[in-house]
Amino acid sequence: MENESFAIRVDHVSMHFNIASEKLENLKEYFIKLVRRELFFRDFVAVDDVSLEIAKGEVFGIVGTNGSGKSTLLKIISGILKPTTGTVQIDGKIAPLIELGAGFDPDLTARENVYLNGAVLGYSKKFIEQHFDAIIEFAELQDFLDMPIKNYSSGMVARIAFAIATVIKPDILIVDEILSVGDFMFQQKCEKRIAELMSGGTTVVIVSHSIEQIERLCDRVMWLEKSKMCMVGPTADVCEAYRSLAK
Amino acid sequence: MKKLIREFRQHSFLLYYLTARDFKIKYRRSFLGVAWSVLNPLFMMIVVSVVFSYIFRFNIQHFQVYLILGQTLFNFLSESTNSALSSITGSAALIKKVYMPKYIFPLEKVLFAFVNYAISLVAVGCVMAYYRIPLTWNLVFVPVILLLFFCFCLGLGLFLAAVTVFFRDVMHLYTVVLTAWTYLTPIFYPADILSARLKPVILCNPLYHFINNFRCAVLWGSTPNGLSMLACFVSAAGMLAIGAWVFHRKQDRFILFI
Repeated sequence: MENESFAIRVDHVSMHFNIASEKLENLKEYFIKLVRRELFFRDFVAVDDVSLEIAKGEVFGIVGTNGSGKSTLLKIISGILKPTTGTVQIDGKIAPLIELGAGFDPDLTARENVYLNGAVLGYSKKFIEQHFDAIIEFAELQDFLDMPIKNYSSGMVARIAFAIATVIKPDILIVDEILSVGDFMFQQKCEKRIAELMSGGTTVVIVSHSIEQIERLCDRVMWLEKSKMCMVGPTADVCEAYRSLAK
Repeated sequence: MKKLIREFRQHSFLLYYLTARDFKIKYRRSFLGVAWSVLNPLFMMIVVSVVFSYIFRFNIQHFQVYLILGQTLFNFLSESTNSALSSITGSAALIKKVYMPKYIFPLEKVLFAFVNYAISLVAVGCVMAYYRIPLTWNLVFVPVILLLFFCFCLGLGLFLAAVTVFFRDVMHLYTVVLTAWTYLTPIFYPADILSARLKPVILCNPLYHFINNFRCAVLWGSTPNGLSMLACFVSAAGMLAIGAWVFHRKQDRFILFI
Protein backbone atom coordinates (compact mmCIF):
# COMPACT_ATOMS: atom_id res chain seq x y z
CA MET A 1 0.00 0.00 0.00
CA GLU A 2 1.36 3.43 -0.87
CA ASN A 3 1.46 5.69 2.11
CA GLU A 4 1.90 8.73 -0.05
CA SER A 5 -1.49 8.73 -1.63
CA PHE A 6 -3.35 9.14 1.66
CA ALA A 7 -4.25 12.55 2.95
CA ILE A 8 -5.82 11.32 6.16
CA ARG A 9 -5.24 8.04 7.88
CA VAL A 10 -7.28 7.33 10.99
CA ASP A 11 -6.08 4.25 12.81
CA HIS A 12 -8.29 2.61 15.45
CA VAL A 13 -9.28 5.91 16.97
CA SER A 14 -11.45 6.02 20.09
CA MET A 15 -12.47 9.04 22.08
CA HIS A 16 -13.62 8.69 25.65
CA PHE A 17 -15.06 11.48 27.70
CA ASN A 18 -15.06 11.39 31.44
CA ILE A 19 -18.47 12.72 32.24
CA ALA A 20 -18.11 12.74 36.02
CA SER A 21 -14.94 14.75 36.16
CA GLU A 22 -16.03 17.19 33.50
CA LYS A 23 -18.36 19.02 35.82
CA LEU A 24 -15.75 19.64 38.49
CA GLU A 25 -15.27 23.31 38.97
CA ASN A 26 -13.54 23.55 42.31
CA LEU A 27 -11.47 21.76 44.87
CA LYS A 28 -14.38 21.09 47.18
CA GLU A 29 -16.25 19.15 44.55
CA TYR A 30 -13.08 17.37 43.63
CA PHE A 31 -12.53 16.08 47.14
CA ILE A 32 -16.16 15.15 47.63
CA LYS A 33 -16.05 13.12 44.46
CA LEU A 34 -12.72 11.67 45.44
CA VAL A 35 -14.09 10.53 48.77
CA ARG A 36 -17.18 9.09 47.15
CA ARG A 37 -14.99 7.43 44.56
CA GLU A 38 -17.06 8.85 41.77
CA LEU A 39 -14.18 10.57 40.19
CA PHE A 40 -13.22 8.42 37.26
CA PHE A 41 -16.40 6.55 36.72
CA ARG A 42 -18.90 7.27 34.04
CA ASP A 43 -17.13 6.84 30.80
CA PHE A 44 -18.73 8.08 27.63
CA VAL A 45 -17.45 6.82 24.32
CA ALA A 46 -17.97 9.37 21.59
CA VAL A 47 -16.00 7.63 18.89
CA ASP A 48 -15.42 3.90 19.10
CA ASP A 49 -12.57 2.28 17.22
CA VAL A 50 -12.88 4.01 13.89
CA SER A 51 -10.32 3.37 11.18
CA LEU A 52 -10.37 4.90 7.76
CA GLU A 53 -8.15 6.18 5.04
CA ILE A 54 -9.01 9.08 2.82
CA ALA A 55 -7.11 9.39 -0.40
CA LYS A 56 -5.67 12.61 -1.71
CA GLY A 57 -8.13 14.55 -3.78
CA GLU A 58 -11.06 12.54 -2.53
CA VAL A 59 -14.31 14.13 -1.38
CA PHE A 60 -15.38 12.19 1.63
CA GLY A 61 -18.75 12.49 3.31
CA ILE A 62 -19.78 11.52 6.80
CA VAL A 63 -23.43 10.91 7.61
CA GLY A 64 -25.13 9.88 10.82
CA THR A 65 -27.84 10.92 13.21
CA ASN A 66 -27.36 13.56 15.86
CA GLY A 67 -24.86 12.65 18.55
CA SER A 68 -23.31 9.84 16.59
CA GLY A 69 -19.84 11.29 16.92
CA LYS A 70 -19.41 12.98 13.56
CA SER A 71 -18.23 16.31 14.86
CA THR A 72 -15.99 14.67 17.44
CA LEU A 73 -14.34 12.68 14.69
CA LEU A 74 -13.82 15.84 12.65
CA LYS A 75 -12.28 17.55 15.65
CA ILE A 76 -9.92 14.64 16.10
CA ILE A 77 -8.93 14.75 12.45
CA SER A 78 -8.24 18.46 12.58
CA GLY A 79 -6.12 18.10 15.71
CA ILE A 80 -8.36 20.01 18.09
CA LEU A 81 -9.00 16.91 20.18
CA LYS A 82 -6.42 14.29 20.98
CA PRO A 83 -7.91 10.79 20.69
CA THR A 84 -7.87 8.64 23.81
CA THR A 85 -6.45 5.74 21.83
CA GLY A 86 -5.38 5.33 18.24
CA THR A 87 -3.54 7.66 15.93
CA VAL A 88 -4.31 10.09 13.17
CA GLN A 89 -1.86 10.83 10.39
CA ILE A 90 -2.34 13.87 8.26
CA ASP A 91 -0.44 14.74 5.16
CA GLY A 92 -0.85 18.39 4.27
CA LYS A 93 -2.31 21.60 5.57
CA ILE A 94 -5.79 21.53 7.02
CA ALA A 95 -8.36 24.28 6.81
CA PRO A 96 -11.09 23.38 9.28
CA LEU A 97 -14.56 24.84 9.00
CA ILE A 98 -15.71 23.08 12.11
CA GLU A 99 -18.22 25.56 13.38
CA LEU A 100 -19.43 28.89 12.16
CA GLY A 101 -17.02 31.68 12.77
CA ALA A 102 -14.30 29.57 14.28
CA GLY A 103 -11.97 32.02 15.89
CA PHE A 104 -14.02 35.12 15.37
CA ASP A 105 -14.11 37.75 18.03
CA PRO A 106 -17.63 39.22 18.11
CA ASP A 107 -16.40 42.62 19.27
CA LEU A 108 -14.04 43.12 16.38
CA THR A 109 -15.09 44.35 12.97
CA ALA A 110 -15.23 42.12 9.91
CA ARG A 111 -12.00 43.61 8.65
CA GLU A 112 -10.19 42.85 11.91
CA ASN A 113 -11.73 39.40 12.05
CA VAL A 114 -10.41 38.54 8.62
CA TYR A 115 -6.94 39.20 9.95
CA LEU A 116 -7.56 37.43 13.23
CA ASN A 117 -9.08 34.38 11.61
CA GLY A 118 -6.35 34.31 8.99
CA ALA A 119 -3.76 34.46 11.75
CA VAL A 120 -5.55 31.65 13.58
CA LEU A 121 -5.33 29.54 10.44
CA GLY A 122 -1.62 30.28 10.31
CA TYR A 123 -1.54 32.73 7.38
CA SER A 124 1.05 35.47 7.31
CA LYS A 125 0.15 39.13 7.39
CA LYS A 126 1.38 39.64 3.86
CA PHE A 127 -0.71 36.77 2.59
CA ILE A 128 -3.89 38.16 4.16
CA GLU A 129 -3.21 41.63 2.80
CA GLN A 130 -2.74 40.23 -0.67
CA HIS A 131 -5.94 38.23 -0.56
CA PHE A 132 -8.09 40.60 1.47
CA ASP A 133 -10.06 41.86 -1.50
CA ALA A 134 -10.62 38.39 -2.85
CA ILE A 135 -12.02 37.27 0.51
CA ILE A 136 -14.39 40.19 0.79
CA GLU A 137 -15.48 39.87 -2.78
CA PHE A 138 -16.28 36.21 -2.36
CA ALA A 139 -18.23 36.86 0.82
CA GLU A 140 -19.99 39.84 -0.81
CA LEU A 141 -19.68 41.93 2.34
CA GLN A 142 -18.05 45.06 0.97
CA ASP A 143 -20.60 47.33 2.64
CA PHE A 144 -20.27 45.91 6.14
CA LEU A 145 -16.53 45.79 6.56
CA ASP A 146 -16.26 48.02 9.59
CA MET A 147 -19.22 46.70 11.49
CA PRO A 148 -18.58 44.53 14.57
CA ILE A 149 -19.27 40.96 13.68
CA LYS A 150 -21.72 40.49 16.56
CA ASN A 151 -24.20 42.46 14.49
CA TYR A 152 -23.89 40.06 11.58
CA SER A 153 -26.44 37.40 10.79
CA SER A 154 -25.21 33.83 11.03
CA GLY A 155 -25.36 33.53 7.27
CA MET A 156 -23.04 36.49 6.85
CA VAL A 157 -20.61 35.05 9.38
CA ALA A 158 -20.66 31.75 7.52
CA ARG A 159 -19.86 33.50 4.27
CA ILE A 160 -16.85 35.22 5.66
CA ALA A 161 -15.62 32.10 7.44
CA PHE A 162 -15.90 30.08 4.27
CA ALA A 163 -14.21 32.77 2.21
CA ILE A 164 -11.22 32.98 4.54
CA ALA A 165 -10.73 29.25 4.86
CA THR A 166 -10.84 28.62 1.13
CA VAL A 167 -8.82 31.58 -0.09
CA ILE A 168 -5.72 29.50 0.30
CA LYS A 169 -5.67 26.19 -1.52
CA PRO A 170 -5.64 23.96 1.53
CA ASP A 171 -4.53 20.38 1.11
CA ILE A 172 -7.45 19.28 3.25
CA LEU A 173 -10.71 21.13 3.80
CA ILE A 174 -12.97 20.04 6.60
CA VAL A 175 -16.56 21.20 6.35
CA ASP A 176 -19.06 20.65 9.14
CA GLU A 177 -22.62 21.58 8.24
CA ILE A 178 -21.51 24.96 7.10
CA LEU A 179 -23.10 24.62 3.70
CA SER A 180 -26.54 24.47 5.23
CA VAL A 181 -26.48 28.14 6.14
CA GLY A 182 -26.57 31.03 3.79
CA ASP A 183 -29.09 31.43 1.05
CA PHE A 184 -29.29 29.05 -1.87
CA MET A 185 -27.21 31.38 -4.01
CA PHE A 186 -24.36 31.26 -1.58
CA GLN A 187 -24.68 27.53 -1.13
CA GLN A 188 -24.27 27.15 -4.85
CA LYS A 189 -21.26 29.41 -4.73
CA CYS A 190 -19.72 27.30 -1.97
CA GLU A 191 -20.30 24.12 -3.89
CA LYS A 192 -18.71 25.66 -6.92
CA ARG A 193 -15.71 26.66 -4.86
CA ILE A 194 -15.40 23.17 -3.43
CA ALA A 195 -15.57 21.76 -6.96
CA GLU A 196 -12.79 24.15 -7.93
CA LEU A 197 -10.65 23.06 -5.02
CA MET A 198 -11.31 19.42 -5.79
CA SER A 199 -10.07 19.79 -9.32
CA GLY A 200 -6.99 21.43 -7.81
CA GLY A 201 -6.36 18.30 -5.77
CA THR A 202 -7.75 19.32 -2.38
CA THR A 203 -9.09 16.59 -0.14
CA VAL A 204 -12.48 17.48 1.30
CA VAL A 205 -14.25 15.97 4.29
CA ILE A 206 -17.89 16.95 4.62
CA VAL A 207 -20.38 16.32 7.39
CA SER A 208 -23.93 17.08 6.47
CA HIS A 209 -27.47 16.13 7.29
CA SER A 210 -28.50 16.81 3.77
CA ILE A 211 -28.17 13.51 1.94
CA GLU A 212 -28.80 15.22 -1.34
CA GLN A 213 -25.78 17.41 -0.81
CA ILE A 214 -23.61 14.46 0.13
CA GLU A 215 -24.78 12.55 -2.92
CA ARG A 216 -24.04 15.46 -5.17
CA LEU A 217 -20.53 16.15 -3.88
CA CYS A 218 -18.95 13.05 -2.45
CA ASP A 219 -16.97 10.19 -3.90
CA ARG A 220 -17.15 8.05 -0.81
CA VAL A 221 -19.25 8.16 2.34
CA MET A 222 -18.98 6.82 5.85
CA TRP A 223 -22.01 6.19 8.02
CA LEU A 224 -21.37 6.71 11.68
CA GLU A 225 -23.96 5.41 14.11
CA LYS A 226 -23.82 5.40 17.92
CA SER A 227 -20.10 6.18 17.89
CA LYS A 228 -19.34 3.20 15.70
CA MET A 229 -18.53 2.98 12.06
CA CYS A 230 -21.52 1.36 10.37
CA MET A 231 -20.58 1.39 6.76
CA VAL A 232 -18.03 2.87 4.38
CA GLY A 233 -18.26 2.78 0.66
CA PRO A 234 -19.33 4.43 -2.55
CA THR A 235 -21.78 7.26 -2.09
CA ALA A 236 -24.76 5.57 -3.68
CA ASP A 237 -24.60 2.42 -1.55
CA VAL A 238 -24.14 4.14 1.79
CA CYS A 239 -26.76 6.80 1.13
CA GLU A 240 -29.20 4.11 0.10
CA ALA A 241 -28.63 2.22 3.34
CA TYR A 242 -28.81 5.38 5.40
CA ARG A 243 -32.08 6.38 3.77
CA SER A 244 -33.61 3.02 4.50
CA LEU A 245 -33.07 3.76 8.20
CA ALA A 246 -35.84 6.28 8.00
CA LYS A 247 -38.33 3.76 6.77
CA MET B 1 12.28 20.87 18.60
CA LYS B 2 12.41 21.62 14.89
CA LYS B 3 8.67 21.18 14.74
CA LEU B 4 8.25 23.56 17.66
CA ILE B 5 10.22 26.28 15.93
CA ARG B 6 8.40 25.81 12.64
CA GLU B 7 5.06 25.92 14.41
CA PHE B 8 6.08 29.03 16.29
CA ARG B 9 7.15 30.80 13.13
CA GLN B 10 3.92 29.90 11.45
CA HIS B 11 1.93 31.36 14.31
CA SER B 12 4.06 34.40 14.99
CA PHE B 13 1.60 36.61 13.17
CA LEU B 14 -1.18 35.25 15.37
CA LEU B 15 0.87 36.17 18.41
CA TYR B 16 1.39 39.63 17.06
CA TYR B 17 -2.22 40.07 16.11
CA LEU B 18 -3.60 38.87 19.44
CA THR B 19 -1.31 41.29 21.25
CA ALA B 20 -2.41 44.10 18.97
CA ARG B 21 -6.03 43.17 19.61
CA ASP B 22 -5.56 43.30 23.38
CA PHE B 23 -3.93 46.65 22.97
CA LYS B 24 -6.80 47.97 20.91
CA ILE B 25 -9.42 46.66 23.30
CA LYS B 26 -7.63 48.00 26.36
CA TYR B 27 -7.56 51.56 25.13
CA ARG B 28 -10.75 51.59 23.14
CA ARG B 29 -13.00 54.53 23.95
CA SER B 30 -10.57 56.00 26.45
CA PHE B 31 -9.75 59.59 25.84
CA LEU B 32 -6.08 59.50 26.71
CA GLY B 33 -5.52 56.05 25.28
CA VAL B 34 -2.02 54.71 25.52
CA ALA B 35 -0.94 57.67 27.67
CA TRP B 36 -2.53 55.80 30.57
CA SER B 37 0.28 53.29 30.50
CA VAL B 38 2.59 56.16 31.40
CA LEU B 39 0.28 58.15 33.65
CA ASN B 40 -0.91 55.22 35.70
CA PRO B 41 2.44 54.23 37.21
CA LEU B 42 3.21 57.91 37.71
CA PHE B 43 0.02 58.55 39.69
CA MET B 44 0.41 55.35 41.66
CA MET B 45 3.94 56.34 42.57
CA ILE B 46 2.78 59.79 43.69
CA VAL B 47 -0.01 58.37 45.85
CA VAL B 48 2.20 55.83 47.56
CA SER B 49 5.10 58.22 47.96
CA VAL B 50 2.83 60.82 49.59
CA VAL B 51 1.56 58.17 51.99
CA PHE B 52 5.04 57.08 52.90
CA SER B 53 6.54 60.53 53.09
CA TYR B 54 3.97 61.94 55.50
CA ILE B 55 2.52 59.00 57.36
CA PHE B 56 5.18 56.36 57.58
CA ARG B 57 8.71 57.45 56.97
CA PHE B 58 11.53 55.43 55.62
CA ASN B 59 14.95 56.79 55.18
CA ILE B 60 15.49 56.04 51.53
CA GLN B 61 17.37 58.31 49.22
CA HIS B 62 15.40 59.14 46.09
CA PHE B 63 12.40 57.37 47.49
CA GLN B 64 10.23 58.20 44.45
CA VAL B 65 12.64 56.52 42.06
CA TYR B 66 13.12 53.60 44.41
CA LEU B 67 9.38 53.20 44.58
CA ILE B 68 8.48 53.48 40.92
CA LEU B 69 11.19 51.00 39.89
CA GLY B 70 9.77 48.40 42.25
CA GLN B 71 6.16 49.20 41.52
CA THR B 72 6.41 48.93 37.75
CA LEU B 73 8.28 45.64 37.92
CA PHE B 74 5.77 44.22 40.34
CA ASN B 75 2.93 45.48 38.18
CA PHE B 76 4.37 43.65 35.24
CA LEU B 77 4.44 40.46 37.25
CA SER B 78 0.91 40.77 38.57
CA GLU B 79 -0.59 41.92 35.29
CA SER B 80 1.11 39.26 33.18
CA THR B 81 0.46 36.33 35.49
CA ASN B 82 -3.07 37.40 36.31
CA SER B 83 -4.09 37.62 32.68
CA ALA B 84 -2.12 34.50 31.72
CA LEU B 85 -3.97 32.65 34.45
CA SER B 86 -7.31 33.04 32.71
CA SER B 87 -5.91 32.99 29.17
CA ILE B 88 -6.79 29.36 28.47
CA THR B 89 -10.21 29.40 30.08
CA GLY B 90 -10.92 32.71 28.37
CA SER B 91 -10.02 31.41 24.93
CA ALA B 92 -12.30 28.40 25.16
CA ALA B 93 -14.23 29.41 22.06
CA LEU B 94 -11.10 29.42 19.97
CA ILE B 95 -9.45 26.35 21.45
CA LYS B 96 -12.56 24.26 20.90
CA LYS B 97 -12.80 25.11 17.25
CA VAL B 98 -9.37 25.48 15.74
CA TYR B 99 -6.09 23.76 16.29
CA MET B 100 -3.24 25.98 17.36
CA PRO B 101 -0.40 25.71 19.82
CA LYS B 102 -2.00 26.51 23.15
CA TYR B 103 1.00 28.15 24.75
CA ILE B 104 0.30 31.05 22.38
CA PHE B 105 -2.39 32.33 24.77
CA PRO B 106 -0.39 32.71 28.00
CA LEU B 107 2.63 33.83 26.00
CA GLU B 108 0.54 36.53 24.34
CA LYS B 109 -0.70 37.81 27.71
CA VAL B 110 2.80 38.01 29.12
CA LEU B 111 3.96 39.73 25.96
CA PHE B 112 1.13 42.22 26.17
CA ALA B 113 1.95 42.99 29.79
CA PHE B 114 5.56 43.43 28.78
CA VAL B 115 4.62 45.95 26.09
CA ASN B 116 2.71 47.88 28.73
CA TYR B 117 5.66 47.67 31.04
CA ALA B 118 7.96 48.97 28.33
CA ILE B 119 5.67 51.96 27.86
CA SER B 120 5.59 52.60 31.59
CA LEU B 121 9.39 52.86 31.48
CA VAL B 122 8.78 56.29 29.98
CA ALA B 123 7.34 57.30 33.34
CA VAL B 124 10.35 55.78 35.09
CA GLY B 125 12.63 57.76 32.79
CA CYS B 126 10.79 61.00 33.56
CA VAL B 127 11.05 60.48 37.31
CA MET B 128 14.72 59.65 37.02
CA ALA B 129 15.38 62.73 34.94
CA TYR B 130 13.47 64.86 37.43
CA TYR B 131 15.63 63.68 40.31
CA ARG B 132 18.75 63.80 38.14
CA ILE B 133 19.82 60.22 38.65
CA PRO B 134 23.12 59.75 36.81
CA LEU B 135 23.21 56.93 34.29
CA THR B 136 26.11 54.52 34.40
CA TRP B 137 27.45 51.63 32.37
CA ASN B 138 25.64 49.30 34.72
CA LEU B 139 22.55 49.89 32.61
CA VAL B 140 23.80 47.05 30.42
CA PHE B 141 22.40 44.72 33.07
CA VAL B 142 18.88 46.01 32.48
CA PRO B 143 18.12 43.95 29.36
CA VAL B 144 19.53 40.84 31.02
CA ILE B 145 17.42 41.31 34.13
CA LEU B 146 14.31 42.07 32.10
CA LEU B 147 14.81 39.03 29.89
CA LEU B 148 15.18 36.79 32.93
CA PHE B 149 12.18 38.40 34.56
CA PHE B 150 10.14 37.86 31.40
CA CYS B 151 11.04 34.16 31.48
CA PHE B 152 10.10 34.00 35.15
CA CYS B 153 6.68 35.57 34.51
CA LEU B 154 6.11 33.38 31.48
CA GLY B 155 6.89 30.24 33.44
CA LEU B 156 4.60 31.26 36.26
CA GLY B 157 1.92 32.25 33.75
CA LEU B 158 2.09 28.91 31.96
CA PHE B 159 1.86 27.08 35.25
CA LEU B 160 -1.11 29.12 36.48
CA ALA B 161 -2.93 28.89 33.15
CA ALA B 162 -2.67 25.10 33.14
CA VAL B 163 -3.68 24.66 36.75
CA THR B 164 -6.62 27.07 36.50
CA VAL B 165 -8.20 24.94 33.79
CA PHE B 166 -8.63 22.13 36.28
CA PHE B 167 -9.19 24.14 39.44
CA ARG B 168 -10.86 27.48 39.06
CA ASP B 169 -10.15 28.12 42.74
CA VAL B 170 -6.64 29.12 41.78
CA MET B 171 -8.06 32.34 40.40
CA HIS B 172 -9.25 33.45 43.82
CA LEU B 173 -6.30 32.07 45.68
CA TYR B 174 -3.82 33.85 43.47
CA THR B 175 -5.22 37.27 44.35
CA VAL B 176 -4.35 36.55 47.95
CA VAL B 177 -0.92 35.26 47.00
CA LEU B 178 -0.24 38.42 45.04
CA THR B 179 -1.19 40.62 47.96
CA ALA B 180 1.07 38.68 50.28
CA TRP B 181 3.80 38.89 47.70
CA THR B 182 3.57 42.70 47.55
CA TYR B 183 4.27 42.95 51.25
CA LEU B 184 6.99 40.32 51.24
CA THR B 185 8.90 42.22 48.59
CA PRO B 186 10.72 45.42 49.45
CA ILE B 187 8.80 47.60 47.05
CA PHE B 188 8.01 50.55 49.25
CA TYR B 189 10.27 49.81 52.22
CA PRO B 190 14.02 49.27 52.41
CA ALA B 191 15.18 45.66 52.64
CA ASP B 192 17.31 46.33 55.70
CA ILE B 193 14.45 47.26 58.02
CA LEU B 194 13.56 43.58 58.16
CA SER B 195 14.44 41.66 61.26
CA ALA B 196 17.09 38.99 61.09
CA ARG B 197 14.36 36.36 61.25
CA LEU B 198 12.66 37.65 58.14
CA LYS B 199 15.80 38.19 56.14
CA PRO B 200 16.15 34.58 54.92
CA VAL B 201 12.51 34.65 53.80
CA ILE B 202 13.17 37.67 51.63
CA LEU B 203 16.26 36.07 50.20
CA CYS B 204 14.11 33.15 49.05
CA ASN B 205 11.81 35.53 47.22
CA PRO B 206 12.94 35.65 43.60
CA LEU B 207 11.16 38.94 43.10
CA TYR B 208 13.44 40.56 45.70
CA HIS B 209 16.48 39.68 43.63
CA PHE B 210 14.98 40.93 40.38
CA ILE B 211 13.91 44.25 41.87
CA ASN B 212 17.06 44.72 43.89
CA ASN B 213 19.36 44.04 40.96
CA PHE B 214 17.30 46.31 38.79
CA ARG B 215 17.63 49.11 41.31
CA CYS B 216 21.36 48.45 41.52
CA ALA B 217 21.79 48.88 37.81
CA VAL B 218 19.47 51.83 37.36
CA LEU B 219 19.28 53.81 40.59
CA TRP B 220 22.44 53.15 42.54
CA GLY B 221 24.72 52.78 39.54
CA SER B 222 26.46 49.78 41.01
CA THR B 223 27.11 46.35 39.56
CA PRO B 224 24.52 43.83 40.73
CA ASN B 225 25.76 41.22 43.14
CA GLY B 226 26.86 38.09 41.28
CA LEU B 227 25.17 35.70 43.63
CA SER B 228 21.95 37.66 43.41
CA MET B 229 22.11 37.60 39.61
CA LEU B 230 22.58 33.86 39.82
CA ALA B 231 19.44 33.67 41.93
CA CYS B 232 17.58 35.54 39.18
CA PHE B 233 18.89 33.17 36.56
CA VAL B 234 18.08 30.04 38.52
CA SER B 235 14.58 31.16 39.44
CA ALA B 236 13.81 32.24 35.86
CA ALA B 237 15.09 29.02 34.34
CA GLY B 238 13.45 26.92 37.05
CA MET B 239 10.09 28.64 36.82
CA LEU B 240 10.06 28.45 33.04
CA ALA B 241 10.97 24.77 33.13
CA ILE B 242 8.27 23.94 35.66
CA GLY B 243 5.65 26.01 33.88
CA ALA B 244 6.45 24.60 30.45
CA TRP B 245 6.54 21.07 31.77
CA VAL B 246 3.18 21.27 33.55
CA PHE B 247 1.59 23.06 30.62
CA HIS B 248 2.93 20.60 28.09
CA ARG B 249 1.80 17.60 30.08
CA LYS B 250 -1.71 18.90 30.63
CA GLN B 251 -2.47 20.74 27.41
CA ASP B 252 -4.19 17.89 25.61
CA ARG B 253 -6.76 17.66 28.36
CA PHE B 254 -7.60 21.37 28.47
CA ILE B 255 -10.33 21.05 25.92
CA LEU B 256 -12.27 18.61 28.08
CA PHE B 257 -12.48 21.10 30.93
CA ILE B 258 -13.16 24.43 29.30
